[in-house]
Amino acid sequence: MRKYSVFAVAREALRGHKGWEPQWVSPEPRKEYDVIIVGGGGHGLGAAYYLAKEHGITNVAVIEKGWLGGGNTGRNTTIIRSNYLYDESMDIYEHSLKLWEGLSQELNYNVMYSPRGVMMLSHNIHDKQSFKRHIHANRLHGIDNEWLTPQQAKDFCPPLDISATARYPINGAALQRRGGTARHDAVAWGYARAASDRGVHIIQNCEVKGIRRGPNGEVTGVETSRGFIGAKKIAVSASGHNSVIMSMADVRVPLHSVPLQALVSEPMKPIFPCVVMSNTVHAYISQSDKGELVIGAGTDQYNSYSQTGGLQIITHTLDAICELFPMFRRVKMMRQWGGITDNTPDRSAIQGVTPVPNLFVNCGWGTGGFKATPGSAHLFAHLIAKGEPHKLASGLTLDRFRTGRLIDEAAAAAVAH
Amino acid sequence: MLLIYCPYCEEERSELEFRHGGDAHIARPTNIADITDEEFAEFFFLRDNPKGLIFERWRHIHGCGRFFNAARDTVSDKFYASYKAGEPKPDLSAVHPATEKTVETYEATEGTAK
Repeated sequence: MRKYSVFAVAREALRGHKGWEPQWVSPEPRKEYDVIIVGGGGHGLGAAYYLAKEHGITNVAVIEKGWLGGGNTGRNTTIIRSNYLYDESMDIYEHSLKLWEGLSQELNYNVMYSPRGVMMLSHNIHDKQSFKRHIHANRLHGIDNEWLTPQQAKDFCPPLDISATARYPINGAALQRRGGTARHDAVAWGYARAASDRGVHIIQNCEVKGIRRGPNGEVTGVETSRGFIGAKKIAVSASGHNSVIMSMADVRVPLHSVPLQALVSEPMKPIFPCVVMSNTVHAYISQSDKGELVIGAGTDQYNSYSQTGGLQIITHTLDAICELFPMFRRVKMMRQWGGITDNTPDRSAIQGVTPVPNLFVNCGWGTGGFKATPGSAHLFAHLIAKGEPHKLASGLTLDRFRTGRLIDEAAAAAVAH
Repeated sequence: MLLIYCPYCEEERSELEFRHGGDAHIARPTNIADITDEEFAEFFFLRDNPKGLIFERWRHIHGCGRFFNAARDTVSDKFYASYKAGEPKPDLSAVHPATEKTVETYEATEGTAK
């Protein structure tokens, strides 16, 4: 792999850009791998990279039904933060945020991580109590989070309407300054390039159709649209389709898949300096480096794999955006899309062993999987290599639905999905 | 937005009038205090989450207020049946195509990446 640097850009500029090589290779599948990862999104590609880098396991294939990052990795609003309420969540999202901070250097790939601050608006006394509880919990855990008065919130984000006559008045805000955004495609591509460089096979356009089992119930490989591929271990990280893949090994997981929508506006000059979220009126918004406003809407109420979603959901969000930021009332929306999120009953992820030997699962990231990408991938690689969870992910087991040790972020979510 | 047929009101109404009620035909164990933790987890948390035909509950909350069941395809979101609570699962093998043949929205519209 040729290193990317300012010198490489200068050299190629002089050579007419003829020396760039493909970022990853797409070889023919081998007959058998030590590990097959199902799902070529950020979590799966990242796990392959960390397996190779930290555990020395390079006989690995990532199998993807479509193209890299074509699922939820490329369909989210790229928000990164770690201001969750419970210890288990804070551990994993803070681990992830720390990896985000050095990810571009680690991968030699600009993932455009931008810690521009994530501000959560408080509209009523309940919000205020809830956010202050989060702030105190975060600070006790060593995570930055601070309370802002309405005027401080306005200073931090000038487009915000804090007037007393506003449709949704604001009585304060919680701010995590290290939160921000990153370039979603670059995360998938950066991990793919770095993993491929260490010998990982990246196999696209290859749909997993079944999971083959041995006499003792252990997994022996996957049936795919390109034939059977053997595997000593299988790791499933297929976001919205985790239930479908896991059912191939007769494992039921507590998930329901629902569409979550997002949309972007026409590009504008830099006008919006941070990420703003509002739980109560359900809106979140930031501005991409291309200049588009990136707006996240809510989930549909019913199970669906349709990758679309109801128009009333985005209308509801745009109503709120127009009230919070009156200057955006005449902005045109350009594109809308939906991703299929796999949600658990407690809205916390599941990462752990399954009842089937050598089958591992990373699922249930629901509506917040992008921010977890590096941390989740790093801990998932540990799980696959060692056969038991890393201590930071030890609470995320599938078993918690039997023991009752739920991590109830559902009640603590930043926005009500 | 879905158009949903309420079998009590006997007409199709907008999704805005309805609240989704989760999977249908899940029977609460009658001996709930005696079952094991595994059995409780299975009843309470585990779901099939099918890609294809799903049987689900809806409540016509801004209409008659009553619960009923419906069968829908989770890829096309098309409804295949809507029937009153307490009625048995209808046999839809004749009208609903096999899941494998269902067209997938984004692959169908955006094609396969080369």
